[in-house]
Amino acid sequence: MSNALNTMRGRFDFEHIADWIRPASSVLDLGCGDGALLALLKRDKGIRGYGVELDPDNLLACLKNGVNVLQFDLEHGLADFEDDAFDYVMMSLSLQTVRHTVPLLREMLRVGHEAVVSFPNFGYKPHREAIAEGHMPVSRHLPYQWFNSPNVRFFTIADFEALCTHEQIRLLERLAFADGEVVREDPNLNAEVALYRLGRI
Amino acid sequence: MRDTSSVGLVAPQTARFDDALVLKSGDVLPGFELVYETYGTLNAARSNAVLVCHALSGNHHVAGFHDPAHPQKTAGWWDNLVGVGKPLDTDRFFVVGVNNLGGCHGSTGPRSLNPATGKPYGADFPLLTVEDWVAAQMRLSDRLGIATWAAVMGGSLGGMQALQWTLACPERARHALVIASAPKLSAQNIAFNEVARQAIRSDPEFYGGHYYEHGATPRRGLKLARMVGHITYLSGDQMAEKFGRQLRHGQHRFNYEVEFEIESYLRHQGDKFADAFDANTYLIATKALDYFDPAFAYGGNLAAALARAKAGFFVASFTTDWRFAPERSHEIVHALLQNGLNVSYAEIECAAGHDSFLLDTPHYHQALAAYLKGIVL
Repeated sequence: MSNALNTMRGRFDFEHIADWIRPASSVLDLGCGDGALLALLKRDKGIRGYGVELDPDNLLACLKNGVNVLQFDLEHGLADFEDDAFDYVMMSLSLQTVRHTVPLLREMLRVGHEAVVSFPNFGYKPHREAIAEGHMPVSRHLPYQWFNSPNVRFFTIADFEALCTHEQIRLLERLAFADGEVVREDPNLNAEVALYRLGRI
Repeated sequence: MRDTSSVGLVAPQTARFDDALVLKSGDVLPGFELVYETYGTLNAARSNAVLVCHALSGNHHVAGFHDPAHPQKTAGWWDNLVGVGKPLDTDRFFVVGVNNLGGCHGSTGPRSLNPATGKPYGADFPLLTVEDWVAAQMRLSDRLGIATWAAVMGGSLGGMQALQWTLACPERARHALVIASAPKLSAQNIAFNEVARQAIRSDPEFYGGHYYEHGATPRRGLKLARMVGHITYLSGDQMAEKFGRQLRHGQHRFNYEVEFEIESYLRHQGDKFADAFDANTYLIATKALDYFDPAFAYGGNLAAALARAKAGFFVASFTTDWRFAPERSHEIVHALLQNGLNVSYAEIECAAGHDSFLLDTPHYHQALAAYLKGIVL
């Protein structure tokens, strides 16, 4: 995962994620960036955690933050992890950067009892307006130009939920945000970022 | 200019152990000596000691230099890692390097006198395992008053010793840094070792391993062994880049003298090694490599073998290392994860093949420094 995307990784969602995580549980954080979320969960929730991070600078930041970090390539799946190895497998603001979306979601729910994922909502109103004006959206959570974006999958909250239904993935909880505030009304239109707790059916 | 980060002039010390050591093979060494060096200062709590284990051809001289007139030439083999402000910071850690049992740099080995015969052991020196090396290192730890190492670390065969420490005495190694290593050799690895051994053993100067008493050395065999080994330490790309098909004389001369530069390089490496190393030690060390397989006693289940480990682990591999490829480190990481142990894993991009672990590639040394800094003393 690129550094630029990591600096965009919303700290505001950390607290909400932390609310969902049981104390002393085990957590795998895919594309963990500098490990700040894991460090927080370790400190506040006493979790046992590992981050997966391909970028060497982020790996270094994780080591400095004192969290376990594994330099694995997520495109190769989660073969290094056993079934049910973790209570939670998380992926914060990275799902749109992974090519093998469905295999990865399946892997997350094989390795973890539950998955926690967040992603930028391409259906956010300003993004729709940009398209209507004839341009790909560029915003806080989509800070890239079309030609240098690490994002390879473009989807909305509605698209994601349809996929979950199709793939028999349970939507346990959802939170949607804009400007760091929780959005309740029509999140597919009004939210920049969506955060989900997912389970198996 | 003086290198202020060097640990400076160092001198080896010798520790003598009179109690017999029962080896994994069942053989018994009546007593033995280990040569070692230390850098930095052991703190009052004795909690800052780090043991550096050497690989196939290494020794106790890890850092600093032996000759003030030639500090570069006599520098330790991991001098870029150990020193003031270096990743293994001697302002913070007390670092110990030890020449393994069976070695040829001062510790008891095949060249030492066999008390039973009054002659050098030669071929009668017992075969050793990584477990035996760690058992001997444990005696040295006791002697130095180090109940628990803050970390045990090493590259390649040295990494195997670090791993073995966490299994042999889980309470005595708080962290293990296992670099460019593997949980056991592959058939291909053993095959290369066997070629090296046959090169030595078929040298007419070998005399069945008792060459000392004949005033001989199986120099040609040892040279060949090293040449084969050296090929496995480098990456194909690096060799292509460094030597390619470069000709010594700019043309084909149709003889068996050095024609291609790679031939010259390998011959030089082989000669240098044959002058400095003992053939019997090389045989013993390659066998120790072959035997290492902690999962063997657990039906091949590495996770079961590592279940008693308690240490925190830092595992690293290098992208172009085909001797102990990244997949081999994955096996270790995988087994550690199955046991829920703390582990970080770095896969370092470096062109230098297996030998990458001896270089100071920025991401590699930065990662080591960050991990070591996180160790609570």
